[in-house]
Amino acid sequence: MSAQKDVTLLEAVRVALSDAMEDSDRVVLLGQDVGRRGGVFRATEGLSARFPGRVLDTPLAEGAIVGSSIGLAIGGLVPVAEIQFLGFLHQAFHQVTQQLARYRFRTRGRFHLPVTIRAPYGGGLRMPEFHPDSLESQLANVPGLKVVTPAFADDAYSLLRAAIRDPDPVLFLEPQRLYRSVRGRVPSDGATDGDFGARMRRHGDDLLLVSWGPSVHTCLAAADELEERHAVRSAVLDLRWLSPLDHARLHQEAAVRRRVAVVHEGVRSAGLGAEVVASLQESLCDTISLPILRVTAPDTPYPPGRLEDAFLPSQENIVEAALHVMDRP
Amino acid sequence: MTHVTPDWAAEWAAGSGEPLRFLEPDGGLVRPDLPRPPDDLVREALRLMLLSRALDEKCTNLHRQGRLGLYAPVHGQEAAVVGSHLAIDPAVDWLVPASREQPAMLRHGWALDRMLASFLGRIDAARIPDHVRMLPRQQSIAAQLPHAVGIAWATSIRGLDGVTLAYCGDGATSEGDFHEACNLAGVMGVPLVLVVINNQYAISTPVSRQTRATRLADRARGYGFPGVAVDGDDLFAVYEVARQAVERARAGQGPTMIEAVTYRMSFHNTSDNPSLYRDPSEVAEAGQRDPVARLVAYATGAGVIRPDAIEVVEAEVRAEVEAALDQALSYPAPGPEEIFRHVFAD
Repeated sequence: MSAQKDVTLLEAVRVALSDAMEDSDRVVLLGQDVGRRGGVFRATEGLSARFPGRVLDTPLAEGAIVGSSIGLAIGGLVPVAEIQFLGFLHQAFHQVTQQLARYRFRTRGRFHLPVTIRAPYGGGLRMPEFHPDSLESQLANVPGLKVVTPAFADDAYSLLRAAIRDPDPVLFLEPQRLYRSVRGRVPSDGATDGDFGARMRRHGDDLLLVSWGPSVHTCLAAADELEERHAVRSAVLDLRWLSPLDHARLHQEAAVRRRVAVVHEGVRSAGLGAEVVASLQESLCDTISLPILRVTAPDTPYPPGRLEDAFLPSQENIVEAALHVMDRP
Repeated sequence: MTHVTPDWAAEWAAGSGEPLRFLEPDGGLVRPDLPRPPDDLVREALRLMLLSRALDEKCTNLHRQGRLGLYAPVHGQEAAVVGSHLAIDPAVDWLVPASREQPAMLRHGWALDRMLASFLGRIDAARIPDHVRMLPRQQSIAAQLPHAVGIAWATSIRGLDGVTLAYCGDGATSEGDFHEACNLAGVMGVPLVLVVINNQYAISTPVSRQTRATRLADRARGYGFPGVAVDGDDLFAVYEVARQAVERARAGQGPTMIEAVTYRMSFHNTSDNPSLYRDPSEVAEAGQRDPVARLVAYATGAGVIRPDAIEVVEAEVRAEVEAALDQALSYPAPGPEEIFRHVFAD
């Protein structure tokens, strides 16, 4: 067991970046305000001083940040780009979905792109418009991209290291309301393991709650309430990788409990919850009748901050859905 | 006489705005003191331009016979493409094409049979070889430009030699990617030469509907680097401004934008019908400025190549295309399993 240090999720991101840059001088960071400012959340604080010439402040242009990352990778570097907030990624959507995701395929493997794009996302901080949107379903829909999101500090470290090591593009989505509210331990020697697949965060035999990113913690709180007040024992499965999905683990955990709710902060229609439901149905339809519900944001634009508590899936919403699926025959 | 090369971008900026021209449409020199490429380079250029014509002719015919998919001919733009590419060294420099820079891609090291394989859907045979520093053709207008800037940026970060030569068309200058790429290139001072092939049309849309600016090269000033407009049908002028731009980039003096003013003599691609939107008199007039005829007139007049050798070269390049086509057709067509390969690392 290697030595560990206790950090916030935000610090875990910073340590992962620093360790990756230490390990390989091909790793460079780029984005708006990532240099002397250290990023709007301070995720890259101190790195420009520590790694001169490798933390690159760019103009305010998401398309150029992603598009030039493609060229930097082709030119032999391992770029880790920061998009200041995920809601601004649409400015680069073509470069992400049609260029970054397709280079290996288009060139029959002549070029592959070890590009990581980091972006804070998710609600709860009373942010202005565009800053809190959860757009992961739009990215998980794109072949050639991997999408991953941590809910814990240790995952923020190991999954970001895995993303940077990956020979293909990875969108690394950082739940901003967890940045300083979640603490955990990261290895002080850079060692990581177990970077792939879903993780069980709470055990329980009656019901499976499936989630990722910030709403994993809402699920954990709901699971405690369900146990204390309703004697329902819920397991909480943190998917972590949204593309590729860990279908095998999902099917396995759902099959033993036979009651499922999937929870996400993104809007409902064509959200990733629908994919989870479809995956379970296709896998288990011959063997099991599976009551399953979604708990999601409604199909509306993200509202102003004063209204976001009514928009985001709440502990109460999850408890209500859980009791509903428990009520089914 | 000692010739001191002027700063062509400064020369152009100080002039009337007309594209720089060294070679008259009749093949005569505008001024005897203007720089000319060495004779062997002129012969290489001429052969490549004739090969490009032969390739256009063959691929267009194959399309009409239903044997080849869409094809975008180079016809009319040969001097703009060849003249600029002659200024770089494929052993160290990168080529980022738009889509109809066939002779540049060939000179960069993508063999003719491999290129034909790409037109014929033989995707594995068409793979760009590992040693060829070239991106594939780009179907999304201007999307390649941020990639080019990134490659050039990586070159300077890593302290490597190598200039990135990127192409786009006049239509691309209206895209956001063009602006973001040029802006980043200027800020970072990357070793990039951007050749805007202004062939007057983006499918049917004339350049007057892309911009109210008189010259696309003027935009470079807004990005803080030199721009120069050049007669794109004049191999000598294109080569000379490109050579100087490459020299600047190699010396760490940042990017240059070259607007090569030319004319798309043929259709946008084989699905297009230009008679719906172009006056035949306009096409006929552009034909008077034909870049191949102009170079032939110079080369034969100046004794760089014997007049009777032109037909020999034409026959040779046609035979080269035929042989490459046979080779390309011999490569296996892809099976459905190819759909699942190369999505991610195995």
